[in-house]
Amino acid sequence: MKLNALVDALNLETVSGESRLNEEVSAGYVSDLMSDVIAHTSEGNIWVTLQVHVNIVAVASMKGLAGIILINGRKPEDKTLEKAKSENIPILLSGLPAFEVVGRLYRLGVSGMQDA
Amino acid sequence: MKRLIYTHKVQELVYELKIRDAAVTDVLTVPPETKMSEVRQILRTRKITAAPVLREGLLLGIVSVEDYINWLTLEGEDCPVSACMSKDLIVLHDDEPMIHAMKYFEKYRYYEFPVIERESGKLFGIITKFDVIVALLKALGIDYDRKEISYKPTHFFNDVSADRTKLVFTYKVSGNDIKAGGEASSRLKKNLGSLGIHPVIIRRVAIASYEAEMNLIIYAGGGTIKATLDGKNILLEVTDNGPGIPDIEQALKPGYSTASNWVRELGFGAGMGLPNIQNCAERLDIQSSIGKGTSIRITIPLEELKEVRKP
Repeated sequence: MKLNALVDALNLETVSGESRLNEEVSAGYVSDLMSDVIAHTSEGNIWVTLQVHVNIVAVASMKGLAGIILINGRKPEDKTLEKAKSENIPILLSGLPAFEVVGRLYRLGVSGMQDA
Repeated sequence: MKRLIYTHKVQELVYELKIRDAAVTDVLTVPPETKMSEVRQILRTRKITAAPVLREGLLLGIVSVEDYINWLTLEGEDCPVSACMSKDLIVLHDDEPMIHAMKYFEKYRYYEFPVIERESGKLFGIITKFDVIVALLKALGIDYDRKEISYKPTHFFNDVSADRTKLVFTYKVSGNDIKAGGEASSRLKKNLGSLGIHPVIIRRVAIASYEAEMNLIIYAGGGTIKATLDGKNILLEVTDNGPGIPDIEQALKPGYSTASNWVRELGFGAGMGLPNIQNCAERLDIQSSIGKGTSIRITIPLEELKEVRKP
C-alpha cells in the first residue's frame, strides 16, 4: 500500500516529505520510545507516535522509515519540521488517538509484522 | 571480491584527480643570488623546511634546512644559495594523475615534491602528502574540518596502495540539549555515505553512534565519539567523563534504565540503548569507573557478517 493512499483514507495532513508520498509502506509500528523504534522497525515502515521533537526525524531517517504519523492533533516542533524537510521525511498529522489511527491502518491492510 | 567500495572510490579518484588539483601554488621561493646566511631566517619566517630556488620561474634547485646545516658545518664563507642548494631534484608535473605523487612519496620518502608546469617548464607549486589527502577528502565530498577529522598521513598512503585506507573522524558531543541530539551521528552517517560504504553497514554505524551519542547527552554531560575506519572495521570509541556505570551487566539488559522521568517523557530511557548497540556490532567493550567516566568500543565489520544480528 502506498503512503498517499493512507493519507487519503485517514485524512492526514502532510507537512513534509511530499515527494515521497508515492512510496510503498511495508508495515507499521507504534511507539513513543526512540530506541524501541530503532530496535523494532524496518525500512519502509510507517511510524505512529506522539513525540514531536527533532529526534523523531533522526530515527526515521536512520531506519529508512516511510513516514511518521503524529497523533491527537499534535504538531511537530519548528526544528522538527525544518529537519524533516531537509531530510525529506514525510510527517503526517492526525487528529485521532493512536489506537484509532493504528486500527484504521490495519483495516487498510497495513500489518504490524514485517513479513505478514 | 571482498574489496571495499570506499577504497575503490578513493582509488578511482587518485587516477582521476591531477596533481595540479592538490598542489599548493602559494610557495615561498628565493632567487639564486640569495645568501646562505639569510636562509635560516627566510625559512623560519614561513615555518618551512625548504624553498625552491627560481630564476624567471624556472626551478634551479631547492635549498633546505639540511643544506643550511651542511653549509654551517663547512664553516666556509657566505655564498649564494645556488652554490649549496640541492640540484638533483625529483619533480612531478601538474598534469600527472595524483597516483604518481603517491607513488613518489612511497618510493622516495620525501616530505614534498616540486611540481612543474608541463607547458612552460616553470614551477607550478609544491605538493605534500597533506595536500593530497585534503584534495581527496574534498573530492569525496567529505565535509572537511580540521577540528573534526584527523588522519595519519603515512597510514593513508601506504594503505591506499595496499587497499587499506585509514580514516578517523572525531566528534565532540555537548551535553546540554537532548532534543538536538543526533547531530554527531548524522554527520558521521553523511561522511560514510560519501565514502561509498554499504548502506546496511552505514545503518548499523548510524544506530550505534546515535544511541551512544544520546547516552553521552543524557547520562554523561557530553563526551567524544571517534570513528576509525580501517580496511576491515569501523571502530567507534565513545568516551566521557561522566558518573560511570555501576553495573554494566545490568545496563546491558533490555529494558533496564536509570533515566529520569523528564527524559523518559521525551521517549528516551527505554533501556534499549546499549542492547541496540550490541545488535549492530560484532564486539562491544565497555570500561567504566564510578565518578571518572565510561569508555566504550564498538566494532562494526565492513563486510556483511552473519554473526551480526539485525537491524
